[in-house]
Amino acid sequence: MANRSQLLAAAAFMALLSSVVMAETFSALRGATPLDQEGPPPLMTPEQNSSVREPRNYPEQPPVIPHSTEGYEISTNANKCLSCHARTRVRESQAPMISITHYSDRDGQFLASISPRRYFCTQCHVPQHNVRTPVENDFVDIDTVLKGAAPGRPR
Amino acid sequence: MTTTDVSRPSFWRRVLSFAREVWGVLIRSSSVFSLAFLVLAGFVAGIIFWGAFNTALELTNTETFCISCHEMRSNVFEELKTTVHYNNRSGVRAHCPDCHVPHEWTHKIARKMQASKEVWGKLFGTINTREKFLDHRLELAIHEWARMKANDSLECRNCHSAQSMDITRQSPRAVEAHQRFLFTGQKTCIDCHKGIAHHLPDMRNVPGWQ
Repeated sequence: MANRSQLLAAAAFMALLSSVVMAETFSALRGATPLDQEGPPPLMTPEQNSSVREPRNYPEQPPVIPHSTEGYEISTNANKCLSCHARTRVRESQAPMISITHYSDRDGQFLASISPRRYFCTQCHVPQHNVRTPVENDFVDIDTVLKGAAPGRPR
Repeated sequence: MTTTDVSRPSFWRRVLSFAREVWGVLIRSSSVFSLAFLVLAGFVAGIIFWGAFNTALELTNTETFCISCHEMRSNVFEELKTTVHYNNRSGVRAHCPDCHVPHEWTHKIARKMQASKEVWGKLFGTINTREKFLDHRLELAIHEWARMKANDSLECRNCHSAQSMDITRQSPRAVEAHQRFLFTGQKTCIDCHKGIAHHLPDMRNVPGWQ
């Protein structure tokens, strides 16, 4: 009996401990809100609108959009992005032309106009918000890796 | 049957004789009322008629009136609700007639007369289903673009004046575009700002679109 009650007490203690640990672990991301409730959403930040191009983190990265795209319609009827970034519109808009890769279909066959699979711009290209990341990002780009100049890494 | 036919003239004959009688009264000079009374009565009646006309005009110039038809309420008004012209941080918003009816009186009357075509459309159900509306959307949009192009986007400028536009508070892109095209008069608002309050029609053959 004594053995059994000791076991129960130990189990209860462990349960209490783990719940405390779990609560602490989860509180890092979702705050003090209990798991079965939704916490207050973080404040919305304005879209970055500087029009200054951001560098790509790796050569194949779809460039991010350095301006606001609020209210821009991209549908079967109209594509507001193409009003500036299409080949024929670049002279007036002075915006970068959409990449030549967007004019070929999946078999590498070049088309006269933009390929339907590349039509919906925001599937890959997204506007940016200045936010505080909840999780630290330790991404290092290839140039840094090649140079071996990342902090704490051997040369 | 035959007795009534004989004793009473036909309906149209009676209407005609009544009209003749009324006309006779109208063209005869009054022997009962003084000239002053008639002038004053005419003046008062004029005020009442003019007031009623303008009241009716203003009543049809409200958003409530526009969206009393399902064609407007469930198509274009629903789309407007998602845009900055309905929903924004300061709560200042545009109502249908702010953009679609000229504010100045003569032009307003001209537009109202054009709008009789829309009454015709309502009566005969030209756009009374979503499909019919989508089929006509390009045609309807082209009318509005042409109207705004012709009056140099007057309805936009009723609120957005180039004089009060502080470009130092705009994004670099907007500054560039407004300095190159708006301030030089090369383009008017609607040339670039299409589809800002409603969804767009098929834009394939519209200049500046793909």
